[in-house]
Amino acid sequence: MAAVTVGPPPARRRGRRRRLPAWHVLWIVVAVAYFLVPIVSLVQFSFGGVVNGHSAGFHWYGTVFADPNFRSSFWLSVQIAIETVVLSNLLLIPTTFWIHLRLPRLRPVMDFVSVLPFVVPPIVLIVGLIPFLRLFTFLYSRPEVLAFIYVVFALPFLYRSLDAGLRAINLRTLAEASANCGGSTWSTLVRVVLPNLRSAVIGGSFLTVAIAMGEFTISSLLSFNTFPVYLFNIGQTTGNEAAALSVISLLLTWALMVSLYLVGRGGRTTAQVAATR
Amino acid sequence: MATAQAPGVVRADAPATTTGAGARPARRRSGGLRWLGVAPLTAYLAFFLIIPAGELVVDAFRTPNGAFTLGNISTIFQAQYLSSFGASLELSALAALFGGVLGLLAASAIVHPSAPRFIRSSVTTFSGMAANFAGVPLAFAFTSTLGATGVITVAFRHAGISLAAINPNATTLGLALVYNYFEFPLMLLLLVPALDGLKREWREAAANLGAGGFTYWRTVAFPILLPSLLGTMVLLFGGAFSAYATAYALSGSTGNLVTELIGNLTNGNITVDPQLAYALALGMMVIITLLMVVYYLLQRRASRWLR
Repeated sequence: MAAVTVGPPPARRRGRRRRLPAWHVLWIVVAVAYFLVPIVSLVQFSFGGVVNGHSAGFHWYGTVFADPNFRSSFWLSVQIAIETVVLSNLLLIPTTFWIHLRLPRLRPVMDFVSVLPFVVPPIVLIVGLIPFLRLFTFLYSRPEVLAFIYVVFALPFLYRSLDAGLRAINLRTLAEASANCGGSTWSTLVRVVLPNLRSAVIGGSFLTVAIAMGEFTISSLLSFNTFPVYLFNIGQTTGNEAAALSVISLLLTWALMVSLYLVGRGGRTTAQVAATR
Repeated sequence: MATAQAPGVVRADAPATTTGAGARPARRRSGGLRWLGVAPLTAYLAFFLIIPAGELVVDAFRTPNGAFTLGNISTIFQAQYLSSFGASLELSALAALFGGVLGLLAASAIVHPSAPRFIRSSVTTFSGMAANFAGVPLAFAFTSTLGATGVITVAFRHAGISLAAINPNATTLGLALVYNYFEFPLMLLLLVPALDGLKREWREAAANLGAGGFTYWRTVAFPILLPSLLGTMVLLFGGAFSAYATAYALSGSTGNLVTELIGNLTNGNITVDPQLAYALALGMMVIITLLMVVYYLLQRRASRWLR
């Protein structure tokens, strides 16, 4: 005991070589198993069942891709996701830029406001929204209304990404340099700041896409046939096909996460949680 | 945090002047117009967040004709609705407990000094993926795993063990295990920075006083971490409490959670009983607000030693 605690450097070196205690190994194994087992089961299920006397193989995947409803619902979700990304960036990039440049006192307020959508559950928001949106018939009956609502849910994630991006650059110096060269505030934003915010914008936008593509509560309660709603409906009839669809949706989400990782290789891990439950 | 921000504010407000005294008039001169910059976002949030939330609160106290009433609120205190709130709270408590315990154990394993680097980075990456895997696809994944014909259920049945008690389609315990899929990775991701904040010197000081690993954890690390632990678990609780998609996809319209009840009342374009839905939603908002107050207090307590 005494020999171990003589001085920090040798103890640390010895610590490195020591093996991880079994107690810790156990919990890493449990965590990894918890992550993998449901996915393996899902994949197994998607190849399960018997079709025409043969084991199904890729049959359910074929059924999915042959279904015109799959394509239409998927396309609808992609459209809504694109609209959400455009809308939320148009709203947040100029606002966040302006707050950093001219109204830094508002930043704590924005930190609080950007948490609000995270606190109000989607199911509560939609109960309040339905009677209000009914007053605006032209919007209420169109799927674009989903994009308008998803902007609210995307706000915390996009704002945080942009806020971190703006914090990382020396905005004041850039803005003054741009002004000295005769640039207006607008051209400072578009030609100087925006190129520097590229990874923040792309990172926040990927999270926004993940939210918009996966949102079920609001689109189902407003009766729009988005991809998650279609997936839910399939699950009520064919379990194996629903599993195949879930695998596809999982692969898509991971592809998004991987691109997010590649874009923002700075290692901001906590900001990457954006699913709607 | 606050002290770091204060100099930034001064610097930002005094670009053209050299003295702090000159900054104030300059700020006032650029005046009210710059507030227009935040007008679009404010208007947007008012339209899609503040007004609907306010409308909900007001409507919870109204009859369908618009007269003031406390009837909607007293309705949700009937046994059937109280049991829904009870079921939701029980589920959230279980999910927060499972997620909290497994998240803490896994997080403390990967930050252990003798854990290889690659374990830490790969578990963190997995956690990022798992925390994002939620909603309808997650429901189907667990139906394939622990449902009546799920892979694990069938395997255990062959061994003579019934897993009916943790069936995610029918039991609260099973549903809590499903929520745990995205809750414990979230706990892990939020706790790793707090665990990194434990100073090496504290462990060494404890060791010099003769404390072993367990004693160090019980008397030093755990008390310091407790506020962040509880704070994160409050977040997990809130996440489970507000979740709807996963639960609905698992139990269909038979579920008894508050969120599912509101969903059934609101389904389609016809709101079956809007007044009841408003009152239930208001009840959820009150509980979430209380949770946020607790979270805020715990965060304040947590920042005393960490960060």
